[in-house]
Amino acid sequence: MKNKIVLEAKSINKSFYNPVKVDVLKDINFNLTRGEYASIIGRSGSGKSTLLYILSTMDTDFTGELIIDGISIRGKTEKQLAAVRNEKIGFVFQFHYLLNEFTALKNVMLPGFKLDKLSEEELEHNAYEFLKDLGIEKLAHKMAYQLSGGEKQRVAIARALINDPLVIMCDEPTGNLDTKNADIVFNIFKELTEAYNKTLLVVTHDLNFAKKTGRIIELDDGKII
Amino acid sequence: MKIKHITEISGALMRARWKQTLVAIVGVTFSIAFFISLLGFMEGLNQLLDGIVLNRTPHIRLYNDILPSKKQPIDLNATYKNHHNFISSVKPTNTRKEIYNATQIINKLNKDQRVLGVSPKITAQVFYNLGNIDLNGIINGVDVDKEAELFSFNDYVVGGNLQKLKTTLNSIILGQGAANTMRAKVGDIITVTSTEGEQFSLKVVGFFKSGIAEIDKVQSYANISTTQKILGKNSNYISDIQIKLKEMSLAPTLAHEYESFFKIDAEDIQTANAQFETGSSVRSIISYAVGVTLLIVSGFGIYNILNMLIYEKMDTIAILKATGFAGTDVKKIFISISLSIGITGAITGLLFGFLLSLSIDAIPFNSPSLPTVTTYPIDYGIQYYSIAAIFALITTFLAGWFPAKKASKIDPVIIIRGK
Repeated sequence: MKNKIVLEAKSINKSFYNPVKVDVLKDINFNLTRGEYASIIGRSGSGKSTLLYILSTMDTDFTGELIIDGISIRGKTEKQLAAVRNEKIGFVFQFHYLLNEFTALKNVMLPGFKLDKLSEEELEHNAYEFLKDLGIEKLAHKMAYQLSGGEKQRVAIARALINDPLVIMCDEPTGNLDTKNADIVFNIFKELTEAYNKTLLVVTHDLNFAKKTGRIIELDDGKII
Repeated sequence: MKIKHITEISGALMRARWKQTLVAIVGVTFSIAFFISLLGFMEGLNQLLDGIVLNRTPHIRLYNDILPSKKQPIDLNATYKNHHNFISSVKPTNTRKEIYNATQIINKLNKDQRVLGVSPKITAQVFYNLGNIDLNGIINGVDVDKEAELFSFNDYVVGGNLQKLKTTLNSIILGQGAANTMRAKVGDIITVTSTEGEQFSLKVVGFFKSGIAEIDKVQSYANISTTQKILGKNSNYISDIQIKLKEMSLAPTLAHEYESFFKIDAEDIQTANAQFETGSSVRSIISYAVGVTLLIVSGFGIYNILNMLIYEKMDTIAILKATGFAGTDVKKIFISISLSIGITGAITGLLFGFLLSLSIDAIPFNSPSLPTVTTYPIDYGIQYYSIAAIFALITTFLAGWFPAKKASKIDPVIIIRGK
């Protein structure tokens, strides 16, 4: 069970054509197994963010094959892809991207509304538990814009967890945080992989952060080294 | 995805931009309120203007027309059966204007379920004698009660008392114009001369004002027996039977039916007054066009506001999509925003439209030709309210549809990457 492959990238290529053809990703092949804590590092412009958007199914304009939980995403409709993202992928962004119109708790619950598997009460209970685990249950009923950067990032992590996804993808999750908060986030991630057996894929340019993860995938000029 | 959660998100988005939302709602409210009051006012005016003529006009009039017989003697002659008859300038014989068996016809009509009421009438050509001068006049002999009931006669009688026409022997209600010329007051005795040359003295018991000056100079009213006396006819003499139907649109069909059934001439209101129908419908079309324009303009307002909202909320849309909301969910969110604006605007608009109509209805409006009207006329027909509501919902839906479609197509990667 531990070694079950949850995400598989097979010879992924991507090019931008504006104004001339630029190959951003060249023949990317790798697997992620259950419980793995991997980081993607690389210089600015090495294509690591682009790769993350492809792996997250938001960007479908590539060649090659992406298999998530044993199912290829090729030929799926926008609606089906959204459902895959909703159910199997959790997101944490560099810019915390909470919805300012809602409370922290509602922000966490939103992907759950879409999945619509649990009742609102159960969902609220789960969301509250996640916030509690992350030590920010006191902020549950504050509006998103009233929170500090570190707090926002923790709410975003709780949001990524709410639908119990297979993979959690993070784009520079500590990029906007000070060392103290960055450490908190790192430890949370570590606990997620160890205690909850989640798979984590973190894009970062923070080498110290990457070194502490279980596996480093280094991108240079669109290739894995 | 439950509707409840869609509306929760759209509600939060609207609260975030509550001022713009309010402006959009006010736009819809304004256009609906004006649509309703404009059309109600226009239709009220139409009914008033048409009423001047149509209230006093029977839906079907039965009479004997003065025409040459449709079957000429030559047609009856077998010898000329297959010949063409080109006898020109055929004159009518001395036909009686009287309707045969008028009483039986009236009884029969009263039993007809489609008929609201029947009122007999006689007209007499007279001269009003004014010293040396004779004025042309027509005295209408009417059944006072029926005339009041079916043709709102009492609305048009100013000064004096309508009921006195029944109770006072040889009384007359003079047309206002004729009365002015004769300087007649209520209680005065005037003299008229019939076409046969006989003179009658009639007591003025009131004045009649139709709203059309030409008619008021000529027409006067007396009761049937007085008019029969003026004409020198017996008490069976009836020259017209006026019929008011429950449903005016049936008039042409029923006119044909009565024509063949009673062997009599019948004229329906549509044929007699075609021009009024045309005028009313053209006025209605113009006011509908203006009203619909108002609603469409408010639709553009919603369209603009939603477009702005989408530009402002790009991040929100991107994050919703990244966390698994499909394009259709985003579309639903924005359409529910525009529909909430539409529904709220429509409900308040209907209310304000009604209040606006009430206030127009209270503005004094006195016209010398319209004695019964004291304020501006308003029609409170439910159809204006329903048309306004339905049309507002359609325009707001469309105004929401296009921005919502745009929002649903937003690529989250571009937004997130763009930061």
